[in-house]
Amino acid sequence: MASSNNVTFPNKLLPYLLLAPQLAITLIFFYWPASQAIYQSVLREDPFGLSTQFVGLGNFRRVISDPNYLNSLQVTIVFSVATTLIAMTIALLLAVMADKVIRGKNIYRTLLIWPYAVAPAIAGMLWLFLFNPSMGTLAYLARSAGYNWDPLLNGNQAMVLVVSAAAWKQISYNFLFFVAGLQSIPKSLIEAAAIDGAGENKRFWTIVFPLLAPTTFFLLVVNTVYAFFDTFGIIHAVTGGGPGKATETLVYKVYNDGFVNLILGDSAAQSVILMIIVIALTAIQFRYVERKVHYG
Amino acid sequence: MASVELTNIRKVYGGGVEAVKGINIAIDDGALCVLVGPSGCGKSTLLRMIAGLETITEGVLKIENSVVNDLGPAERDIAMVFQNYALYPHMKVYDNMAYGLRNRGMPKGEIDKRVREAAQTLELGHLLERRPRELSGGQRQRVAMGRAIVRNPKVFLFDEPLSNLDAKLRGQMRVEIKNLQRQLGVTSVYVTHDQLEAMTLADILVVMNGGVVEQIGAPLDIYEKPASTFVASFIGAPPMNLVHVTANSAGLLLKDGTHIGAEGLAIPAEGAQIGFRPEDLEVVAGSQQHIGGLLLDLTVRGVEPVGAESYVYGDIGGDKVVVRVAGRSVVEPGDHLRVIVPKEKLHLFDAKGKRI
Repeated sequence: MASSNNVTFPNKLLPYLLLAPQLAITLIFFYWPASQAIYQSVLREDPFGLSTQFVGLGNFRRVISDPNYLNSLQVTIVFSVATTLIAMTIALLLAVMADKVIRGKNIYRTLLIWPYAVAPAIAGMLWLFLFNPSMGTLAYLARSAGYNWDPLLNGNQAMVLVVSAAAWKQISYNFLFFVAGLQSIPKSLIEAAAIDGAGENKRFWTIVFPLLAPTTFFLLVVNTVYAFFDTFGIIHAVTGGGPGKATETLVYKVYNDGFVNLILGDSAAQSVILMIIVIALTAIQFRYVERKVHYG
Repeated sequence: MASVELTNIRKVYGGGVEAVKGINIAIDDGALCVLVGPSGCGKSTLLRMIAGLETITEGVLKIENSVVNDLGPAERDIAMVFQNYALYPHMKVYDNMAYGLRNRGMPKGEIDKRVREAAQTLELGHLLERRPRELSGGQRQRVAMGRAIVRNPKVFLFDEPLSNLDAKLRGQMRVEIKNLQRQLGVTSVYVTHDQLEAMTLADILVVMNGGVVEQIGAPLDIYEKPASTFVASFIGAPPMNLVHVTANSAGLLLKDGTHIGAEGLAIPAEGAQIGFRPEDLEVVAGSQQHIGGLLLDLTVRGVEPVGAESYVYGDIGGDKVVVRVAGRSVVEPGDHLRVIVPKEKLHLFDAKGKRI
């Protein structure tokens, strides 16, 4: 039975040759740097790079007990939860509204999908220009309205700014998936519910939302991973992790400690911890995507 | 339970397409009205207008003598069975049936009683805890029916409910729907493109074509007296045979110029179509004389034995015809037969296809 799915190659070497490019890329760009990071994480290097010393798990112990690292972990959780929630809620709202539009449907969708094509650093710059206290257009409006807007000094405002920028960029992606999800719900279900006496709100919460669950779950995982790892560019462009360490996420701290402060051992230990988090998140995703809730 | 009355109902879509062109139907309390017609004839649109899922462009729709044009689907007190059943996939069978009752704020005990009663009627008792995806096509169909009957609505609407079932199950469910409808006595509107379903279910049959009603009446009346060639060829399987004729001084001319005796038929100057059912033809042996019938020559093109009877396909003067003969047929393609149609079995239609 299994043989029906197996292709038999006449040449023994051919399958390996076909796999080679993919294997090479994975080896060079993942396994090599990853093993370097693991190697580095158990060494201590002097500031001039002249001598290295094996310290075992010392770097990890120090990183985990470092209050700055714990702060960074907290910042990451706040940032990720806020970004994911905002990006998904707004995207769902837009998708539900776009689903009702009949005339010019495609124009709306195209316009709403555009932000996804903007590179993270550029998205960050856009938001920076709008909200920079000294030259930002919207910052000027906020201040003239009497609101003391200064994300360069106020940590909470800085967080609001990076969360907005990161969420804004992700909304398009979520929107696409929600629109597809909504379209896959048969119209007759909604009509049956209408005949069954459910108002628009009730229909959404009792029929549409439960049927979107597979999409929502998928997006939850993707958005969390995005907020954790893919927002470096935005943070770098908008706040640089500041003010103080108010927006320094785990990824940003790896960069800061390793490339700016040149504490290679600590940085490597942090990146190994991050790698473990990625693997855990991916495992959860696959576990659930594999036995994704299948309706109908 | 209520009467349903449609007066001059029209539907024009945004693009200017007129799907339903002024329809008048009156359905008595407790009757089962079947809308039948080819796809695109507007029957589904009409049903959806009765349900409140489509707006009514013009005309008046009354349920139980009150105008419901501007009421939403929920307020019309109707229940609908959809072609794909439209069961809520994330709810158990029980919740599927209870959903409409819960939305109307019925007390729990009453909901439970009604759902269990309906489940018993439809023999769904053992399936209440299952989800729709765990059910067979026929069982889903029953749940859809159950969802309609627990509500105890004024009107049932059926939108091709049997078209997703296999032929055997379809026949079985057809009988069940008919019995259930009789037993509950709920006024029903049933849409189908299947003429057999239409004939067997209907108290009133409405044949539609191109957004208009071709004929309304009792199924057998329509079968025996079709108002147009469209109805004649739509109702009945195999359909009624239609042969084009024109009159001249000597008698009648068929499409290919063959002469036949007029037999006292009054054919209008612009020509006509003579119709006769496949079962109303009789094969004539030899040159034996028959009086009071139309004698025709038939060339056999093919034979389809279906068991209890056989269909002989052929042509008469350039028009295709079918003859239904009992048992096995002994004729072969290429044979020439002489057939006679008794005069009282002839239907005459004018050049535009209207009954004369």
